[in-house]
Amino acid sequence: MAQFRTCPDTGLYFHKSAESLIKANAVAAAVALLVAGILGLLVVLTRWQAIHLLPADQFYMALTAHGIDALIFWIIFFEMAVLYVASSVLLRSRLATPAWGWVQFILMLVGAVMTNVAIFQGNSSVMMTSYVPMQAAPHFYLGLILFAVGALIGCFIFFGTLVVAKQEKTYDGSIPLVTFGAVTAAIIAVFTIASGAIILIPTFLWSIGYIAHIDAEMYRVVWWGLGHSSQQINVAAHVAIWYLIAGLVFGARPMSEKVSRAAYLLYILFLQLACAHHILVDPGISSEWKVFNTSYAMYLAVLASMIHGLTVPGSIEVAQRGKGFNNGLFEWLRKAPWENPVFSSMFISLVTFGFLGGITGVVMGTEQINLIIHNTIYVPAHFHATVVTGTTMAFMAVTYFLIPVLFRRQMILPGLAKIQPFIFGGGMTILILFMLGAGTLGVSRRHWDMDFTGAALGFDYPGMAYTLMGIGAFGGVIGVVGGAAFLLITVGSLVFGKKLEPSAGLLQSFGVPLAASCYTDKRPETLPRAAPLPAGHHTSSFEAPGTFVLALVLLVSFVVYYFINWKYLASVWPLS
Amino acid sequence: MTETSNKPDKEQEERIPAMQSLIDNPFLLLFIGVAMPTVFYIVWGIMEIVTIPVAP
Repeated sequence: MAQFRTCPDTGLYFHKSAESLIKANAVAAAVALLVAGILGLLVVLTRWQAIHLLPADQFYMALTAHGIDALIFWIIFFEMAVLYVASSVLLRSRLATPAWGWVQFILMLVGAVMTNVAIFQGNSSVMMTSYVPMQAAPHFYLGLILFAVGALIGCFIFFGTLVVAKQEKTYDGSIPLVTFGAVTAAIIAVFTIASGAIILIPTFLWSIGYIAHIDAEMYRVVWWGLGHSSQQINVAAHVAIWYLIAGLVFGARPMSEKVSRAAYLLYILFLQLACAHHILVDPGISSEWKVFNTSYAMYLAVLASMIHGLTVPGSIEVAQRGKGFNNGLFEWLRKAPWENPVFSSMFISLVTFGFLGGITGVVMGTEQINLIIHNTIYVPAHFHATVVTGTTMAFMAVTYFLIPVLFRRQMILPGLAKIQPFIFGGGMTILILFMLGAGTLGVSRRHWDMDFTGAALGFDYPGMAYTLMGIGAFGGVIGVVGGAAFLLITVGSLVFGKKLEPSAGLLQSFGVPLAASCYTDKRPETLPRAAPLPAGHHTSSFEAPGTFVLALVLLVSFVVYYFINWKYLASVWPLS
Repeated sequence: MTETSNKPDKEQEERIPAMQSLIDNPFLLLFIGVAMPTVFYIVWGIMEIVTIPVAP
């Protein structure tokens, strides 16, 4: 018999097995974030040429581990937790096959440890992309394969839970929008993991000598089905979290569920095709393939992001105006709960993802202007805007929410928690902006020494490039301080936070269930379908004029920046 | 009489638009979401690579 606990503060229902798995995956994610953050600090202090901390071999080792721990292990462990919340908790359903959930967790954990061991043994500094013919140790690839198999099991447990919920009628009508966002993330994850299997299994066999040759171009095309799509899982997941937090903090309702779901459908259809922008300068692949996958299909996914970027703040604005914050265009935003890290972290995620990640992503996805910045440090600047300030800050926001609700601990250091999103978001924004500038000046990514000391073919970057890299690295250090503050607050709360439930001990913070008396065999009430919107509710943008103005600012910023890049391209190639 | 007058309402309630049927079916969405990039990105991309002439 499935056992459920009801959160006394929120009324959310937690299936006992799902609760343990959510905690275990979230804690594993935090450990990966800790490792990634320490390594990130070493990387920025090395790329800050005035400090140049690590020797070359250690730099490439740290960069490899930083990329994999941050972009794969932190993110996907947390996404497993998100999938279980979105299915079991939000649908008030028991989790399908909890035993397989532990297989998922153990496989991912073993895989993550194995790959890290391979990297720190020193003979697998092949970067996250591990392009052939560079060869890593066999257990580097095997660890990634085990991790991917675990993640795939997690996705199918999620789909299985949807089936259980439907069969047992735990909800009425369609699944909630947040769960639909998680469906989108899980679909993208299945394609991502399948791509990984197609390319990593033969590469593993190549590393142990069973296959003589892997074609470098074939590897690049298929690997990016894994490498870039894994970041598209993040987009779908963090947008779902935006909707969740808008609902939790403001009681906001989506401006139009139909439009939001249609935008998610665009993600399902087109978002994964954006992988192609990594291949834009590769010879041998036709322009038709490149242009269709980026300049046509990708823009439909960008359209979906713009819809979400409009409807999430729009729904918050409508909710705030409903509470009387009606003065001017932005009283609703000024009087938002900025001292609440759940909101501030989420809103910084939304703004930086749109303005920094979104606009630079379109620039990178345009075949012609991609040439200016391809393989420069502009690229990590872009994906730090999408994955760090975008996804990671959304995940941080929901973690702040979950500490009392899921872990039943009161958050420690509330004063620090109020400013942590601004420290982390501010520092990372500085890093991103200045790396964008340095990349536009041609500073290479994944490069230990800007001075080319002792190189047969040297290159002199302009002095401004060094300045930009230095300021960017300074921002990165601030970002690491903000990340450390997040871990101090969250992990510290799990260990030292006041217990909101007497049985919420140390082990309970890491996955052991609470006391038996907290759970009941009684099935939760069926989740009712959302009540109709009140009479007089309109869905036009003029219901949310402040958001409409913000959207116009984004559009103008995009147009200006896009024009500047074309102009810059014209100056690189003296065409006029 | 009551039964007759209720019937159209009931039918109206049960009529689900095609788009909603699609969106409410996660496994159909899974198929579409995997098929699209597999065809347009992976398969098309691999075909491009295998048709590159081998250097003499």
